[in-house]
Amino acid sequence: MVTYWVSLLAISILLYVLLDGFDLGIGILFGLTRDEARRHAMWGAVAPIWDGNETWLVVTAVILWGAFPAVYAILMSAFYLPLVIMLSALILRGVAFEFRYKAERMRWIWDFSFFGGSLVATFVQGMTVGALVEGLPITNDQYSGGDFGWFSPFAVLCGVGLCFGYTLLGACWLVRKCDGDVKAAAYRQIPYLSIGLLVFLVVVFAFALAENLQIMHRWVERPYLFIFPAIAALAAIVLAVSVERHRDGVPFYMVALIFLSAFGTLAISFWPYMIPYVITVEEAAAPHSSLAFMFWGEGLFVYPLMLIYTVISYRVFKGKVRATPMH
Amino acid sequence: MDTAALFLSRIQFAFTISFHIIFPAFSIGLAAWLTVLEALHLRTGRSAYRVLFDFWLKIFGVAFGMGVVSGIVMAFQIGMNWSVLSKLSGPIQGPLLSYETFTAFMLEATFFGVLIFGRSRVAPWFYLFSTAMVALGTTFSAFWIMVNNSWMQAPVGYVVEKGLFVPNDWTAINFSPVVWVRFPHMLLAAYLTGAFCVAATGAWYLLRGRFIDEAKIMLRMGLCLAAVLIPIQLFIGHLAGDYVHDHQPTKFAAIEGRWHDEQPASEVLIAIPDEASESNKYAVSIPVLGSLIGSMSFNSKEVGLTSFPRQDRPPVLIPFFTFRIMVGCGLVMLALAFIGSYLSLTRRIGRYRLFLWATFLSFPLPFIATWTGWFTAEVGRQPWAVYGLLRTADAMTPFLTAQAAAISLVIFAIVYTFIFSFGIFYIYRLMRTGLVRPTVTPAFAAVPNRPLSLAGEDAPVLAEAGE
Repeated sequence: MVTYWVSLLAISILLYVLLDGFDLGIGILFGLTRDEARRHAMWGAVAPIWDGNETWLVVTAVILWGAFPAVYAILMSAFYLPLVIMLSALILRGVAFEFRYKAERMRWIWDFSFFGGSLVATFVQGMTVGALVEGLPITNDQYSGGDFGWFSPFAVLCGVGLCFGYTLLGACWLVRKCDGDVKAAAYRQIPYLSIGLLVFLVVVFAFALAENLQIMHRWVERPYLFIFPAIAALAAIVLAVSVERHRDGVPFYMVALIFLSAFGTLAISFWPYMIPYVITVEEAAAPHSSLAFMFWGEGLFVYPLMLIYTVISYRVFKGKVRATPMH
Repeated sequence: MDTAALFLSRIQFAFTISFHIIFPAFSIGLAAWLTVLEALHLRTGRSAYRVLFDFWLKIFGVAFGMGVVSGIVMAFQIGMNWSVLSKLSGPIQGPLLSYETFTAFMLEATFFGVLIFGRSRVAPWFYLFSTAMVALGTTFSAFWIMVNNSWMQAPVGYVVEKGLFVPNDWTAINFSPVVWVRFPHMLLAAYLTGAFCVAATGAWYLLRGRFIDEAKIMLRMGLCLAAVLIPIQLFIGHLAGDYVHDHQPTKFAAIEGRWHDEQPASEVLIAIPDEASESNKYAVSIPVLGSLIGSMSFNSKEVGLTSFPRQDRPPVLIPFFTFRIMVGCGLVMLALAFIGSYLSLTRRIGRYRLFLWATFLSFPLPFIATWTGWFTAEVGRQPWAVYGLLRTADAMTPFLTAQAAAISLVIFAIVYTFIFSFGIFYIYRLMRTGLVRPTVTPAFAAVPNRPLSLAGEDAPVLAEAGE
């Protein structure tokens, strides 16, 4: 039962990162252009699906609470201020989708909140993962770092890194969904973003070695972890080739694969801990009666339905976005 | 523990949840109203129903969106500010709220997509079915929220293991009699909110001489529905009072403004309770009525606040007044609904401008009633987060600083005020633009697979690859 819920949690986090990752990334790219036609097309590439993507964040939060309440309590309270900022950013960005085309003179406000919200939310997400990898100050199952205990250069570095990562994912989605100017621009951006991401990964690795982060010992203990960088390297090569040859469909999947291997690396480095070296999956799990109650309804029926629904909604909106002329 | 942080956290929770409840209260009712309209349109084929449907769907879209974004905060905030509560009662509250998210996602989000993008893509019966599923989804959401909150009011079906509240009887939790009084109470409140907003919009259009036919439909349907529902609501509200009487004697005494045990008890209609002197000032009360309301008897003993130690008593002023405001709103709405139904049945609904003005201006009443009802329930539960088991002060994140709580409160206040102002402004503009009667079938309706953004005048149009 615990295994089942930890798997569902992992799938939800991964889906969130991949799906909201690209639409947050497009939000960031949106801020990098002034061209209304290009903005319009970018908007069209995410407008019908963004809320579905964001739902996976809420799903992650409630699975965490229901199935692993101890971890939910520690993480939410430890990352108090970052979460406030991330939630505000996501709200502003979310209502921008509703309001942009209703606004007349005020459109710039929603453009800005779409861009700013996407950027800030991405940065905070990267920073929290960085802080987790570095290790939170925790004593007696309780966070003890104060208001800014999560803050560190390494965490900031991870925040910046994720901005590159999501933006790359976003650019690859645009290549997949759009034509014309937007696609050409995205193709131009992909190499820079990839190099940015690569530089980030190298710096993180060097940093981890220099700081002798505890998590790095996992690599010595579990040499099979090296399969993930290998997969990522392979994906990066295919990415380069597909960008070179303009195979529109391929880059997105390759970047997704890179994210998948990063996710796998982290997950297996953490295992069996949920918060590294503080609380294990077994310790964090809710009592059997709670897990069973969730399993027989939402776990067994609703969750698979949600996955099917996600696939269907992407099939409905498959194909290229055609930017319509402005009215 | 920092008392300033505790105070700020409570304010923040009250603020964010009060903001959030506006939208579900509105959209649960609207979803049901949309279902009725769509069913009527399918049955009668009258175009007015379709025009109304399209109009209210746009407003539903804005309200639904604001409800979703303000709801996301809820999924995090309990862990952020109330981490002890979320850890100790997590085994019970976590699964309940996860069911809320899951059912909401499955029904609301899925079929809401069909409502917006699917009119021309699916069969009419399926479109009606989707509307009904959205309504059902919002209802389920409300159900799980009420199960969760009722467990905090009257905990059942649990054992304490290693300090955690571990569920041992989910049937008792989900089918607690408290749930099955409070869930209908909330559901009816939402339906009344929808009904009054619809009726007020109708009154507004009639006052301005616009869309006369549709406006009369709105007035008639809104007020006649309210005329049926409010008496039921008053009865269920009375049952809700019974559970408070039996399970939460301190809350009941605070609502009644009863400081000392009385036999037979009188009923305080209005007064200014004074916590310092433990008495009421300027009280107007009716003898014996208190026993009658509390225990359905002429001679029962009713418990007063002074029978409980001070640290176990809730604040008195807030539940005392919010309860009376709620009932007052209910009675005003009842009067409007009865008069309106009478006028409507005698076909004189548009004749009295004073009545139209009264109906138009009544649209805040259901919201105020919902808010004050919740204030009564939540403030009256104090000083407990989980009644009798966990104090609010002990439920808070122990290391939360006043500084962090102040920053978050300010940020949420700014963000919420900002989006709320725009949300209201855009809803107002949709209402001012009014109903759109189609003269010719728009071109896009004939082409399948061209979803248009809901209320977007020039939103991006998507096309399928193979087209």
